[in-house]
Amino acid sequence: MPASGSASKAVGAPVTTNAIAIQNFAFSPATVTIKAGTTITWTNRDQDAHTVTATKRSFHSATLNTGDTFRHTFTTPGTYEYLCTIHPFMTATIVVTK
Amino acid sequence: MTDPVDDTSAQGPEGMSRRQLIRHTAWFGAAVVLTVSGGEVISHIGGTSTAAAPADDPNALRFAQVSDSHLGFQGTANTDVEQSFSRAIDEVNALPNRPDFVVHSGDLTHLATDAQFDQAKQMLGGLQTGQVFTVPGEHDSIDDHGQKYRKRFGAGTTGDGWFSFDIKGVHVIGLVNTLSLEKLGHLGTDQLDFVRRDVAGLSSDTPIVVFSHIPLFAMYPKWGWGTDDATQALHYLRRFASVTCLNGHVHQLFTKTEGNVTFYSATTTAYPLPKPGQAIAPTPVTLPAGKLAGALGIRDVTYLTGQHALAIRDRKLT
Repeated sequence: MPASGSASKAVGAPVTTNAIAIQNFAFSPATVTIKAGTTITWTNRDQDAHTVTATKRSFHSATLNTGDTFRHTFTTPGTYEYLCTIHPFMTATIVVTK
Repeated sequence: MTDPVDDTSAQGPEGMSRRQLIRHTAWFGAAVVLTVSGGEVISHIGGTSTAAAPADDPNALRFAQVSDSHLGFQGTANTDVEQSFSRAIDEVNALPNRPDFVVHSGDLTHLATDAQFDQAKQMLGGLQTGQVFTVPGEHDSIDDHGQKYRKRFGAGTTGDGWFSFDIKGVHVIGLVNTLSLEKLGHLGTDQLDFVRRDVAGLSSDTPIVVFSHIPLFAMYPKWGWGTDDATQALHYLRRFASVTCLNGHVHQLFTKTEGNVTFYSATTTAYPLPKPGQAIAPTPVTLPAGKLAGALGIRDVTYLTGQHALAIRDRKLT
């Protein structure tokens, strides 16, 4: 699934993309805005394992080893905070619009 | 987990005995001193000239803490965490006095797999001690709210794995703050209620020792090194003359005193993490060749009933 645009290296700034890298113990981009119905793909590019886990537990991956991916389709508008339960300092946000 | 050990000498029904009064005074006036001697960092209560209890003192409580073993970790920061953990166990077994119990304060495993838990259980079985207690780290409860952890280490605990017991006049509490975390550690209302009820009947001069994985003090919240509802737990412990909180998670020694509570972060048996704020994120630090063992270690603690000594000694792996 291709990333839309060239903002995949931006951290912190809201961007529109459907690909999120897990790299250097961070989700990149850290904040993503998408339309409802979009599927996001996370890919672990670190040597260490990570998870993608919503703080409200509305979605959660298994343990992602190097190169593993996790996909989730967001159908309901809202703001979704998530983290890596292995490294809970890794936090990020998905904003889903109508 | 095993049955609690009762020590009725801690609480006489007739009120405060002379011995209790002496102990109360000793703990109330306690100030922690940190010294470095040779390969050891030694912290002990101010006024004591030695960190060790007499070897033949039958009333001395001795226990050891090991932490953050991360069995299954693979990376340059430590290419053989199993061997490091084995050396830590050997070091506990080589202590001058056999500890009454040993606590592992979490992150037994790196990824909470069945194989890693089995290995942790098997290796902890090599400890020469009366009892082994554990609290889970976030690495032990990645995707199942700690179910696999409790299957192996949850016997004798309540709730999601918390516990308490009395031994040689000291009340020991093990808390779980890694299950409902949202960046910071979290205890939750059920566990807070457990703490409140657990200490309600204790005399205020009872020394309290609390174990948790994530610090109960705000060591560095930006990296999640704190517990968002720990203030409420500490509120229930406020009336006690002395409270000692021992944690892991941060992979480095750190000590802080707030009122009646002294916090001690333990080091790791696996790999160091950066000091707060001295890196972008708390990720494993690869040290120059030959330096790793100096960053790893174990902790042993001695408490002399009725005397003026709580000794916490951190020993590097050798």
